[in-house]
Amino acid sequence: MYSDKLIDHFRNPRNMGRMENPDGIGKVGNPVCGDVMYLYIKIKDNKIDDIKFETFGCAAAIGTSSVITEMAKGKTLDEALKITKKDVVDAVGGLPPIKMHCSVLAADALRAAIEDYRKKKGSGNDKPKDS
Amino acid sequence: MRRVYMDHAATTPVDPRVMEAMKPFFSEKYGNPSSLYSFAQEAKKAMEEAREKIADLINSSSSEVIFTSGGTESDNLAIKGVAFANKKKGKHIITSSIEHHAVLHPCEWLEKMGFEVTYLPVDNKGFVSVDKLEEEIRNDTILISIMHANNEIGTIEPIEEIGKIAKERGIYFHTDAVQTVGKIPVDVEKMNVDLLTISGHKMYGPKGVGALYVRKGTKITPLIHGGGHERNLRSGTENVSGIVGFGKAAELAAREMDKEAKRLVKLRDRLIEGALKIENSWLNGPRKRRLPNNVNIGFKFIEGESLILELDFSGIYANTGSACSSKSLKPSHVLTAIGLRPEETHGSLRFTLGKQNSDEDVDYVLEVLPNVVERLRRISPFKKDFGEYEEALAKEQSHKH
Ligand SMILES: Cc1ncc(COP(=O)(O)O)c(C=O)c1O
Ligand SMILES: [Zn+2]
Repeated sequence: MYSDKLIDHFRNPRNMGRMENPDGIGKVGNPVCGDVMYLYIKIKDNKIDDIKFETFGCAAAIGTSSVITEMAKGKTLDEALKITKKDVVDAVGGLPPIKMHCSVLAADALRAAIEDYRKKKGSGNDKPKDS
Repeated sequence: MRRVYMDHAATTPVDPRVMEAMKPFFSEKYGNPSSLYSFAQEAKKAMEEAREKIADLINSSSSEVIFTSGGTESDNLAIKGVAFANKKKGKHIITSSIEHHAVLHPCEWLEKMGFEVTYLPVDNKGFVSVDKLEEEIRNDTILISIMHANNEIGTIEPIEEIGKIAKERGIYFHTDAVQTVGKIPVDVEKMNVDLLTISGHKMYGPKGVGALYVRKGTKITPLIHGGGHERNLRSGTENVSGIVGFGKAAELAAREMDKEAKRLVKLRDRLIEGALKIENSWLNGPRKRRLPNNVNIGFKFIEGESLILELDFSGIYANTGSACSSKSLKPSHVLTAIGLRPEETHGSLRFTLGKQNSDEDVDYVLEVLPNVVERLRRISPFKKDFGEYEEALAKEQSHKH
Protein backbone atom coordinates (compact mmCIF):
# COMPACT_ATOMS: atom_id res chain seq x y z
CA MET A 1 0.00 0.00 0.00
CA TYR A 2 2.83 2.44 0.82
CA SER A 3 6.03 3.01 -1.16
CA ASP A 4 9.40 1.97 0.27
CA LYS A 5 10.30 5.63 0.44
CA LEU A 6 7.33 6.48 2.62
CA ILE A 7 7.93 3.49 4.84
CA ASP A 8 11.54 4.54 5.24
CA HIS A 9 10.50 8.03 6.37
CA PHE A 10 7.88 6.56 8.69
CA ARG A 11 10.33 4.20 10.30
CA ASN A 12 13.31 6.56 10.35
CA PRO A 13 11.79 10.00 10.54
CA ARG A 14 14.24 12.82 9.78
CA ASN A 15 14.31 15.99 11.88
CA MET A 16 11.79 14.64 14.35
CA GLY A 17 11.21 16.20 17.73
CA ARG A 18 10.42 19.45 19.47
CA MET A 19 12.55 22.57 18.89
CA GLU A 20 13.37 24.95 21.71
CA ASN A 21 12.87 28.61 20.82
CA PRO A 22 11.94 28.22 17.19
CA ASP A 23 11.68 31.31 14.98
CA GLY A 24 8.39 30.06 13.58
CA ILE A 25 5.86 27.31 14.37
CA GLY A 26 3.20 25.91 12.08
CA LYS A 27 0.42 23.94 13.76
CA VAL A 28 -2.11 22.36 11.45
CA GLY A 29 -4.78 19.70 11.70
CA ASN A 30 -6.98 18.79 14.62
CA PRO A 31 -6.95 15.75 16.89
CA VAL A 32 -10.67 15.31 16.25
CA CYS A 33 -9.99 14.58 12.58
CA GLY A 34 -6.99 12.43 13.25
CA ASP A 35 -3.88 14.11 11.87
CA VAL A 36 -2.01 16.95 13.59
CA MET A 37 1.38 18.30 12.61
CA TYR A 38 3.61 20.79 14.41
CA LEU A 39 6.48 22.14 12.33
CA TYR A 40 9.26 24.25 13.84
CA ILE A 41 11.77 26.36 11.90
CA LYS A 42 14.93 28.32 12.69
CA ILE A 43 15.87 31.00 10.19
CA LYS A 44 19.32 32.30 9.37
CA ASP A 45 20.08 34.68 6.48
CA ASN A 46 16.54 34.25 5.25
CA LYS A 47 17.07 30.52 4.89
CA ILE A 48 15.65 27.61 6.81
CA ASP A 49 18.63 26.77 8.94
CA ASP A 50 16.98 24.13 11.07
CA ILE A 51 13.63 22.40 10.96
CA LYS A 52 11.82 19.89 13.15
CA PHE A 53 8.40 18.26 13.25
CA GLU A 54 6.03 16.41 15.58
CA THR A 55 3.06 14.54 14.13
CA PHE A 56 0.02 12.75 15.52
CA GLY A 57 -1.37 10.67 12.71
CA CYS A 58 -1.14 7.81 10.30
CA ALA A 59 1.96 6.59 8.51
CA ALA A 60 1.22 8.85 5.52
CA ALA A 61 1.03 11.89 7.78
CA ILE A 62 4.25 10.98 9.59
CA GLY A 63 6.13 10.06 6.41
CA THR A 64 5.18 13.24 4.55
CA SER A 65 6.04 15.31 7.65
CA SER A 66 9.49 13.81 7.65
CA VAL A 67 10.07 14.23 3.92
CA ILE A 68 9.08 17.90 3.85
CA THR A 69 11.65 18.73 6.50
CA GLU A 70 14.35 17.34 4.20
CA MET A 71 12.93 19.22 1.24
CA ALA A 72 12.74 22.55 3.06
CA LYS A 73 16.01 22.52 4.96
CA GLY A 74 18.51 24.99 3.51
CA LYS A 75 15.98 26.62 1.20
CA THR A 76 15.20 30.35 1.26
CA LEU A 77 11.76 31.16 2.58
CA ASP A 78 10.48 31.97 -0.88
CA GLU A 79 11.81 28.70 -2.25
CA ALA A 80 10.29 26.81 0.63
CA LEU A 81 6.90 28.41 0.06
CA LYS A 82 6.90 27.00 -3.44
CA ILE A 83 6.81 23.41 -2.16
CA THR A 84 3.38 22.06 -3.04
CA LYS A 85 1.36 19.14 -1.78
CA LYS A 86 2.11 17.39 -5.05
CA ASP A 87 5.87 17.85 -4.55
CA VAL A 88 5.54 16.19 -1.16
CA VAL A 89 3.53 13.28 -2.52
CA ASP A 90 6.03 12.81 -5.36
CA ALA A 91 8.91 12.91 -2.90
CA VAL A 92 7.52 9.95 -0.96
CA GLY A 93 6.98 8.01 -4.17
CA GLY A 94 3.21 8.56 -4.36
CA LEU A 95 0.39 7.77 -1.93
CA PRO A 96 -2.74 5.62 -2.22
CA PRO A 97 -5.68 7.84 -3.34
CA ILE A 98 -7.44 7.53 0.01
CA LYS A 99 -4.34 8.83 1.78
CA MET A 100 -3.98 12.02 -0.27
CA HIS A 101 -5.75 14.12 2.34
CA CYS A 102 -3.14 13.14 4.93
CA SER A 103 -0.41 14.71 2.84
CA VAL A 104 -1.90 18.23 2.77
CA LEU A 105 -0.76 18.76 6.31
CA ALA A 106 2.95 18.88 5.53
CA ALA A 107 2.84 21.68 2.96
CA ASP A 108 0.30 23.59 5.05
CA ALA A 109 2.40 23.28 8.20
CA LEU A 110 5.49 24.59 6.42
CA ARG A 111 3.55 27.56 5.07
CA ALA A 112 2.07 28.23 8.51
CA ALA A 113 5.51 28.12 10.13
CA ILE A 114 6.92 30.62 7.63
CA GLU A 115 3.93 32.91 8.08
CA ASP A 116 4.36 32.70 11.84
CA TYR A 117 8.01 33.65 11.50
CA ARG A 118 7.20 36.62 9.27
CA LYS A 119 4.46 37.79 11.57
CA LYS A 120 6.77 37.66 14.56
CA LYS A 121 9.47 39.49 12.63
CA GLY A 122 7.09 42.20 11.54
CA SER A 123 6.52 42.99 7.89
CA GLY A 124 10.10 44.13 7.18
CA ASN A 125 11.07 40.82 5.63
CA ASP A 126 11.25 39.72 2.06
CA LYS A 127 8.04 39.93 0.09
CA PRO A 128 5.69 39.05 2.96
CA LYS A 129 2.43 39.14 1.08
CA ASP A 130 2.92 37.84 -2.45
CA SER A 131 3.23 34.13 -1.94
CA MET B 1 10.88 -13.15 12.61
CA ARG B 2 8.00 -14.36 14.72
CA ARG B 3 4.61 -14.11 13.02
CA VAL B 4 1.65 -13.52 15.30
CA TYR B 5 -1.76 -13.39 13.71
CA MET B 6 -4.19 -11.75 16.13
CA ASP B 7 -7.00 -10.70 13.82
CA HIS B 8 -9.32 -13.70 14.12
CA ALA B 9 -12.41 -11.49 14.24
CA ALA B 10 -11.57 -10.45 10.68
CA THR B 11 -11.03 -13.99 9.48
CA THR B 12 -9.56 -17.30 10.60
CA PRO B 13 -7.30 -19.77 8.82
CA VAL B 14 -9.02 -22.87 7.47
CA ASP B 15 -8.40 -25.75 9.87
CA PRO B 16 -6.33 -28.46 8.10
CA ARG B 17 -9.02 -31.01 8.96
CA VAL B 18 -11.57 -28.77 7.25
CA MET B 19 -9.31 -28.58 4.20
CA GLU B 20 -9.08 -32.36 4.09
CA ALA B 21 -12.84 -32.73 4.28
CA MET B 22 -13.36 -30.28 1.41
CA LYS B 23 -10.81 -31.71 -1.01
CA PRO B 24 -12.88 -34.48 -2.62
CA PHE B 25 -15.63 -32.04 -3.55
CA PHE B 26 -13.70 -30.11 -6.18
CA SER B 27 -12.81 -32.64 -8.85
CA GLU B 28 -13.95 -36.02 -7.56
CA LYS B 29 -17.39 -35.60 -6.05
CA TYR B 30 -18.28 -32.56 -8.14
CA GLY B 31 -21.87 -33.47 -8.95
CA ASN B 32 -24.67 -30.92 -8.69
CA PRO B 33 -26.72 -31.76 -5.58
CA SER B 34 -29.90 -31.14 -7.57
CA SER B 35 -29.16 -33.92 -10.05
CA LEU B 36 -30.85 -37.24 -9.48
CA TYR B 37 -28.22 -39.81 -10.42
CA SER B 38 -26.35 -41.51 -7.63
CA PHE B 39 -23.06 -39.75 -8.39
CA ALA B 40 -24.53 -36.33 -7.68
CA GLN B 41 -26.36 -37.65 -4.66
CA GLU B 42 -22.98 -38.03 -2.94
CA ALA B 43 -22.69 -34.26 -3.01
CA LYS B 44 -26.25 -33.88 -1.81
CA LYS B 45 -25.65 -36.27 1.06
CA ALA B 46 -22.47 -34.48 2.15
CA MET B 47 -24.29 -31.17 2.04
CA GLU B 48 -27.12 -32.47 4.20
CA GLU B 49 -24.65 -33.89 6.69
CA ALA B 50 -23.06 -30.47 6.90
CA ARG B 51 -26.48 -28.96 7.51
CA GLU B 52 -26.98 -31.39 10.41
CA LYS B 53 -23.67 -30.35 11.94
CA ILE B 54 -24.53 -26.67 11.77
CA ALA B 55 -27.95 -27.39 13.23
CA ASP B 56 -26.41 -29.41 16.07
CA LEU B 57 -24.05 -26.57 16.92
CA ILE B 58 -26.92 -24.10 17.40
CA ASN B 59 -29.56 -26.57 18.64
CA SER B 60 -31.90 -26.17 15.70
CA SER B 61 -33.38 -28.64 13.29
CA SER B 62 -31.47 -29.02 10.03
CA SER B 63 -34.44 -27.94 7.94
CA GLU B 64 -34.12 -24.51 9.54
CA VAL B 65 -30.57 -23.94 8.25
CA ILE B 66 -30.27 -22.02 4.96
CA PHE B 67 -26.85 -21.91 3.34
CA THR B 68 -25.70 -18.55 2.00
CA SER B 69 -22.49 -16.94 0.79
CA GLY B 70 -21.58 -15.68 4.26
CA GLY B 71 -22.43 -13.38 7.13
CA THR B 72 -23.22 -10.37 5.00
CA GLU B 73 -25.72 -12.22 2.85
CA SER B 74 -27.34 -13.86 5.86
CA ASP B 75 -27.80 -10.48 7.56
CA ASN B 76 -29.25 -9.02 4.37
CA LEU B 77 -31.61 -11.95 3.91
CA ALA B 78 -32.81 -11.81 7.50
CA ILE B 79 -33.46 -8.09 7.56
CA LYS B 80 -34.73 -7.35 4.08
CA GLY B 81 -36.41 -10.73 3.79
CA VAL B 82 -38.44 -10.27 6.98
CA ALA B 83 -39.13 -6.58 6.29
CA PHE B 84 -40.55 -7.24 2.84
CA ALA B 85 -42.55 -10.29 3.88
CA ASN B 86 -44.15 -8.48 6.82
CA LYS B 87 -44.64 -4.97 5.53
CA LYS B 88 -48.40 -5.32 5.67
CA LYS B 89 -48.09 -5.92 9.39
CA GLY B 90 -45.78 -3.03 10.07
CA LYS B 91 -42.81 -0.98 8.97
CA HIS B 92 -40.81 -0.54 12.17
CA ILE B 93 -37.49 -2.22 12.91
CA ILE B 94 -35.38 -1.99 16.06
CA THR B 95 -31.63 -2.54 15.96
CA SER B 96 -28.59 -1.18 17.79
CA SER B 97 -26.10 1.50 16.88
CA ILE B 98 -23.17 -0.93 17.14
CA GLU B 99 -24.26 -3.57 14.64
CA HIS B 100 -21.96 -4.64 11.85
CA HIS B 101 -22.43 -2.71 8.61
CA ALA B 102 -23.98 -5.87 7.15
CA VAL B 103 -26.96 -5.08 9.41
CA LEU B 104 -26.80 -1.29 9.57
CA HIS B 105 -26.60 -0.67 5.85
CA PRO B 106 -29.58 -2.89 4.93
CA CYS B 107 -31.52 -1.03 7.66
CA GLU B 108 -30.52 2.34 6.26
CA TRP B 109 -31.51 1.16 2.80
CA LEU B 110 -34.89 0.00 4.12
CA GLU B 111 -35.44 3.47 5.56
CA LYS B 112 -35.18 4.80 2.03
CA MET B 113 -37.81 2.27 1.03
CA GLY B 114 -40.27 3.63 3.61
CA PHE B 115 -39.44 1.53 6.66
CA GLU B 116 -38.66 3.15 10.00
CA VAL B 117 -35.67 2.04 12.03
CA THR B 118 -34.77 2.74 15.66
CA TYR B 119 -31.05 2.49 16.36
CA LEU B 120 -30.72 1.81 20.09
CA PRO B 121 -27.85 3.50 21.89
CA VAL B 122 -25.50 1.40 24.03
CA ASP B 123 -23.83 2.12 27.36
CA ASN B 124 -20.12 2.84 27.68
CA LYS B 125 -19.29 -0.87 27.61
CA GLY B 126 -21.39 -1.53 24.54
CA PHE B 127 -24.46 -3.08 26.17
CA VAL B 128 -27.93 -2.55 24.78
CA SER B 129 -30.47 -1.68 27.47
CA VAL B 130 -33.28 -4.22 27.53
CA ASP B 131 -35.62 -1.69 29.18
CA LYS B 132 -34.90 0.90 26.56
CA LEU B 133 -35.51 -1.68 23.86
CA GLU B 134 -38.85 -2.55 25.37
CA GLU B 135 -39.84 1.11 25.44
CA GLU B 136 -39.11 1.45 21.76
CA ILE B 137 -41.42 -1.39 20.72
CA ARG B 138 -44.43 -0.13 18.77
CA ASN B 139 -47.56 -1.79 17.46
CA ASP B 140 -46.02 -1.83 14.01
CA THR B 141 -42.62 -3.23 15.06
CA ILE B 142 -41.96 -6.25 12.87
CA LEU B 143 -38.31 -7.06 13.55
CA ILE B 144 -35.69 -6.69 16.25
CA SER B 145 -32.07 -7.29 15.22
CA ILE B 146 -29.40 -7.21 17.92
CA MET B 147 -26.00 -8.81 17.48
CA HIS B 148 -24.95 -11.61 19.79
CA ALA B 149 -21.46 -10.22 20.32
CA ASN B 150 -19.79 -7.16 18.94
CA ASN B 151 -16.89 -7.74 16.57
CA GLU B 152 -14.88 -4.70 17.70
CA ILE B 153 -15.16 -4.56 21.47
CA GLY B 154 -16.37 -8.08 22.26
CA THR B 155 -19.51 -7.13 24.22
CA ILE B 156 -21.92 -10.07 24.55
CA GLU B 157 -25.47 -8.70 24.43
CA PRO B 158 -28.35 -9.93 26.65
CA ILE B 159 -29.86 -11.94 23.81
CA GLU B 160 -31.91 -14.33 25.94
CA GLU B 161 -33.73 -11.48 27.66
CA ILE B 162 -34.37 -9.66 24.42
CA GLY B 163 -35.54 -12.91 22.84
CA LYS B 164 -38.05 -13.42 25.61
CA ILE B 165 -39.51 -9.97 25.12
CA ALA B 166 -39.64 -10.36 21.35
CA LYS B 167 -41.42 -13.68 21.73
CA GLU B 168 -43.97 -12.28 24.19
CA ARG B 169 -44.71 -9.38 21.88
CA GLY B 170 -44.84 -11.54 18.76
CA ILE B 171 -41.99 -9.73 17.00
CA TYR B 172 -39.42 -11.51 14.87
CA PHE B 173 -35.97 -11.51 16.43
CA HIS B 174 -32.74 -11.77 14.47
CA THR B 175 -29.25 -11.97 15.93
CA ASP B 176 -25.95 -11.66 14.09
CA ALA B 177 -23.94 -14.43 15.74
CA VAL B 178 -20.98 -14.26 13.36
CA GLN B 179 -18.54 -13.66 16.23
CA THR B 180 -20.01 -16.24 18.61
CA VAL B 181 -21.01 -19.40 16.76
CA GLY B 182 -18.23 -21.94 17.26
CA LYS B 183 -16.67 -19.79 19.99
CA ILE B 184 -19.21 -19.76 22.80
CA PRO B 185 -22.44 -21.75 23.20
CA VAL B 186 -25.26 -20.66 20.93
CA ASP B 187 -28.71 -22.18 21.36
CA VAL B 188 -31.57 -20.83 19.28
CA GLU B 189 -34.13 -22.22 21.70
CA LYS B 190 -32.62 -20.70 24.83
CA MET B 191 -32.04 -17.44 23.01
CA ASN B 192 -35.56 -17.36 21.59
CA VAL B 193 -34.32 -16.16 18.22
CA ASP B 194 -36.18 -16.57 14.94
CA LEU B 195 -33.22 -15.81 12.73
CA LEU B 196 -29.50 -16.17 13.37
CA THR B 197 -26.53 -15.32 11.16
CA ILE B 198 -23.41 -17.51 10.91
CA SER B 199 -20.28 -17.08 8.81
CA GLY B 200 -17.90 -19.92 7.89
CA HIS B 201 -14.63 -18.03 7.70
CA LYS B 202 -14.84 -16.72 11.27
CA MET B 203 -14.84 -20.28 12.67
CA TYR B 204 -11.96 -21.93 10.81
CA GLY B 205 -14.10 -22.76 7.79
CA PRO B 206 -13.67 -21.40 4.27
CA LYS B 207 -14.58 -17.92 3.04
CA GLY B 208 -17.70 -17.37 0.96
CA VAL B 209 -20.03 -19.64 2.89
CA GLY B 210 -22.38 -19.00 5.78
CA ALA B 211 -25.85 -19.78 6.98
CA LEU B 212 -29.02 -18.19 8.17
CA TYR B 213 -31.05 -20.05 10.75
CA VAL B 214 -34.73 -19.41 10.00
CA ARG B 215 -37.18 -20.70 12.58
CA LYS B 216 -39.94 -22.82 11.09
CA GLY B 217 -42.96 -20.70 10.27
CA THR B 218 -41.06 -17.41 9.95
CA LYS B 219 -42.48 -15.21 7.20
CA ILE B 220 -39.56 -14.28 4.99
CA THR B 221 -39.01 -13.43 1.31
CA PRO B 222 -35.92 -14.50 -0.65
CA LEU B 223 -33.53 -11.93 -2.09
CA ILE B 224 -32.17 -14.28 -4.75
CA HIS B 225 -34.75 -15.90 -7.01
CA GLY B 226 -34.08 -18.82 -9.32
CA GLY B 227 -34.24 -22.58 -9.16
CA GLY B 228 -35.74 -22.70 -5.68
CA HIS B 229 -32.77 -24.05 -3.75
CA GLU B 230 -32.56 -23.86 0.02
CA ARG B 231 -36.29 -24.10 0.62
CA ASN B 232 -36.82 -21.40 -1.94
CA LEU B 233 -34.98 -18.88 0.22
CA ARG B 234 -31.70 -18.83 -1.63
CA SER B 235 -31.57 -20.02 -5.19
CA GLY B 236 -28.38 -21.02 -6.96
CA THR B 237 -26.34 -24.21 -7.13
CA GLU B 238 -24.88 -24.70 -3.69
CA ASN B 239 -21.24 -24.10 -2.82
CA VAL B 240 -20.82 -27.78 -1.99
CA SER B 241 -17.13 -27.84 -1.08
CA GLY B 242 -17.56 -24.71 1.02
CA ILE B 243 -20.61 -26.11 2.75
CA VAL B 244 -18.82 -29.38 3.51
CA GLY B 245 -15.90 -27.41 4.99
CA PHE B 246 -18.29 -25.24 6.98
CA GLY B 247 -19.97 -28.37 8.34
CA LYS B 248 -16.63 -29.87 9.32
CA ALA B 249 -15.72 -26.62 11.08
CA ALA B 250 -19.01 -26.79 13.00
CA GLU B 251 -18.34 -30.40 14.02
CA LEU B 252 -14.87 -29.49 15.29
CA ALA B 253 -16.16 -26.43 17.13
CA ALA B 254 -18.87 -28.41 18.87
CA ARG B 255 -16.19 -30.74 20.23
CA GLU B 256 -13.42 -28.28 20.97
CA MET B 257 -14.81 -24.85 21.69
CA ASP B 258 -15.37 -25.10 25.44
CA LYS B 259 -11.79 -26.01 26.10
CA GLU B 260 -10.53 -23.48 23.57
CA ALA B 261 -12.63 -20.68 25.07
CA LYS B 262 -11.16 -21.35 28.51
CA ARG B 263 -7.66 -21.24 27.06
CA LEU B 264 -8.34 -18.02 25.17
CA VAL B 265 -9.82 -16.25 28.19
CA LYS B 266 -6.50 -16.73 30.01
CA LEU B 267 -4.52 -15.39 27.08
CA ARG B 268 -6.98 -12.54 26.64
CA ASP B 269 -6.82 -11.43 30.25
CA ARG B 270 -3.04 -11.59 30.30
CA LEU B 271 -2.86 -9.50 27.16
CA ILE B 272 -5.31 -6.96 28.59
CA GLU B 273 -3.42 -6.65 31.89
CA GLY B 274 -0.09 -6.34 30.12
CA ALA B 275 -1.26 -3.75 27.63
CA LEU B 276 -2.93 -1.64 30.32
CA LYS B 277 0.44 -1.26 32.04
CA ILE B 278 1.29 1.17 29.25
CA GLU B 279 0.49 4.71 30.38
CA ASN B 280 -2.56 6.53 29.06
CA SER B 281 -4.30 3.40 27.86
CA TRP B 282 -7.71 1.96 28.60
CA LEU B 283 -9.85 -1.08 27.77
CA ASN B 284 -12.68 -0.65 25.29
CA GLY B 285 -15.64 -2.91 26.04
CA PRO B 286 -16.52 -4.81 29.21
CA ARG B 287 -14.47 -7.04 31.49
CA LYS B 288 -17.29 -9.51 31.98
CA ARG B 289 -19.64 -10.74 29.29
CA ARG B 290 -16.86 -10.28 26.79
CA LEU B 291 -15.87 -12.56 23.89
CA PRO B 292 -13.11 -14.94 25.04
CA ASN B 293 -10.81 -13.80 22.25
CA ASN B 294 -11.33 -10.03 22.12
CA VAL B 295 -8.88 -7.41 23.36
CA ASN B 296 -9.45 -3.76 22.46
CA ILE B 297 -7.18 -1.16 23.99
CA GLY B 298 -7.16 2.58 23.45
CA PHE B 299 -3.90 4.53 23.47
CA LYS B 300 -3.90 8.27 23.86
CA PHE B 301 -1.85 10.61 21.63
CA ILE B 302 -1.15 8.14 18.84
CA GLU B 303 -3.06 6.96 15.82
CA GLY B 304 -4.17 3.41 15.07
CA GLU B 305 -3.11 3.09 11.48
CA SER B 306 0.50 3.86 12.31
CA LEU B 307 0.26 1.45 15.25
CA ILE B 308 -0.91 -1.34 12.93
CA LEU B 309 1.94 -0.65 10.53
CA GLU B 310 4.52 -0.60 13.30
CA LEU B 311 3.25 -3.92 14.68
CA ASP B 312 3.31 -5.33 11.16
CA PHE B 313 7.06 -4.62 11.00
CA SER B 314 7.40 -6.92 14.00
CA GLY B 315 5.22 -9.62 12.45
CA ILE B 316 2.15 -8.85 14.57
CA TYR B 317 -1.16 -8.60 12.73
CA ALA B 318 -3.83 -6.60 14.53
CA ASN B 319 -6.67 -4.19 13.73
CA THR B 320 -7.88 -0.69 14.57
CA GLY B 321 -11.03 1.43 14.53
CA SER B 322 -9.12 4.53 13.50
CA ALA B 323 -10.55 6.83 10.84
CA CYS B 324 -7.35 6.97 8.84
CA SER B 325 -7.38 3.21 8.38
CA SER B 326 -10.98 3.00 7.20
CA LYS B 327 -12.29 3.34 3.68
CA SER B 328 -14.83 5.91 4.83
CA LEU B 329 -12.28 7.99 6.75
CA LYS B 330 -14.70 7.95 9.66
CA PRO B 331 -13.76 6.60 13.06
CA SER B 332 -15.42 3.36 14.16
CA HIS B 333 -19.15 3.79 14.79
CA VAL B 334 -18.83 1.34 17.67
CA LEU B 335 -16.18 3.33 19.53
CA THR B 336 -18.18 6.49 18.91
CA ALA B 337 -21.33 4.79 20.24
CA ILE B 338 -19.64 3.83 23.53
CA GLY B 339 -18.85 7.50 24.04
CA LEU B 340 -15.19 7.83 23.12
CA ARG B 341 -14.17 11.32 22.12
CA PRO B 342 -13.10 11.54 18.47
CA GLU B 343 -9.44 12.02 19.35
CA GLU B 344 -9.65 8.88 21.51
CA THR B 345 -11.10 6.71 18.76
CA HIS B 346 -7.98 7.18 16.65
CA GLY B 347 -5.67 5.23 18.92
CA SER B 348 -7.68 2.05 19.34
CA LEU B 349 -6.05 -1.31 18.82
CA ARG B 350 -7.89 -4.63 18.52
CA PHE B 351 -6.29 -8.03 19.02
CA THR B 352 -8.52 -11.05 18.45
CA LEU B 353 -6.99 -14.33 19.50
CA GLY B 354 -7.40 -17.75 17.98
CA LYS B 355 -6.37 -21.36 17.85
CA GLN B 356 -2.72 -20.93 16.93
CA ASN B 357 -2.03 -18.21 19.48
CA SER B 358 0.07 -19.30 22.43
CA ASP B 359 1.36 -17.87 25.68
CA GLU B 360 4.58 -17.10 23.84
CA ASP B 361 2.63 -15.02 21.33
CA VAL B 362 1.15 -12.95 24.13
CA ASP B 363 4.63 -12.51 25.64
CA TYR B 364 5.94 -11.38 22.28
CA VAL B 365 3.15 -8.83 21.77
CA LEU B 366 3.67 -7.50 25.28
CA GLU B 367 7.35 -7.15 24.55
CA VAL B 368 6.86 -5.29 21.26
CA LEU B 369 3.81 -3.16 22.08
CA PRO B 370 5.27 -0.79 24.71
CA ASN B 371 8.16 0.09 22.41
CA VAL B 372 5.89 0.73 19.47
CA VAL B 373 3.59 2.96 21.52
CA GLU B 374 6.56 4.80 22.94
CA ARG B 375 8.15 5.39 19.55
CA LEU B 376 4.94 6.84 18.12
CA ARG B 377 4.44 8.99 21.21
CA ARG B 378 7.92 10.39 20.72
CA ILE B 379 6.81 11.51 17.25
CA SER B 380 3.49 12.91 18.52
CA PRO B 381 3.21 16.56 19.58
CA PHE B 382 0.94 15.45 22.42
CA LYS B 383 2.69 14.00 25.44
CA LYS B 384 0.48 14.51 28.49
CA ASP B 385 -2.65 16.11 27.10
CA PHE B 386 -4.01 17.46 23.86
CA GLY B 387 -2.53 20.87 24.74
CA GLU B 388 -4.27 23.88 23.36
CA TYR B 389 -6.88 21.64 21.74
CA GLU B 390 -8.08 20.40 25.10
CA GLU B 391 -10.41 23.33 25.64
CA ALA B 392 -11.84 23.17 22.15
CA LEU B 393 -12.31 19.43 22.52
CA ALA B 394 -14.15 19.86 25.81
CA LYS B 395 -16.39 22.46 24.22
CA GLU B 396 -17.14 20.16 21.32
CA GLN B 397 -18.00 17.43 23.79
CA SER B 398 -20.37 19.59 25.84
CA HIS B 399 -22.13 20.62 22.63
CA LYS B 400 -23.10 17.03 22.04
CA HIS B 401 -24.75 16.60 25.43
C1 LIG C 1 -20.55 -9.22 13.43
C2 LIG C 1 -20.32 -9.49 11.97
N1 LIG C 1 -21.36 -9.61 11.13
C3 LIG C 1 -21.20 -9.85 9.83
C4 LIG C 1 -19.95 -9.98 9.26
C5 LIG C 1 -19.82 -10.26 7.80
O1 LIG C 1 -19.52 -11.60 7.56
P1 LIG C 1 -18.93 -12.09 6.15
O2 LIG C 1 -17.53 -11.61 6.08
O3 LIG C 1 -19.03 -13.58 6.21
O4 LIG C 1 -19.79 -11.51 5.08
C6 LIG C 1 -18.83 -9.86 10.09
C7 LIG C 1 -17.48 -9.93 9.52
O5 LIG C 1 -16.66 -9.04 9.70
C8 LIG C 1 -19.02 -9.60 11.47
O6 LIG C 1 -17.98 -9.49 12.30
ZN1 LIG D 1 -4.01 9.99 7.76
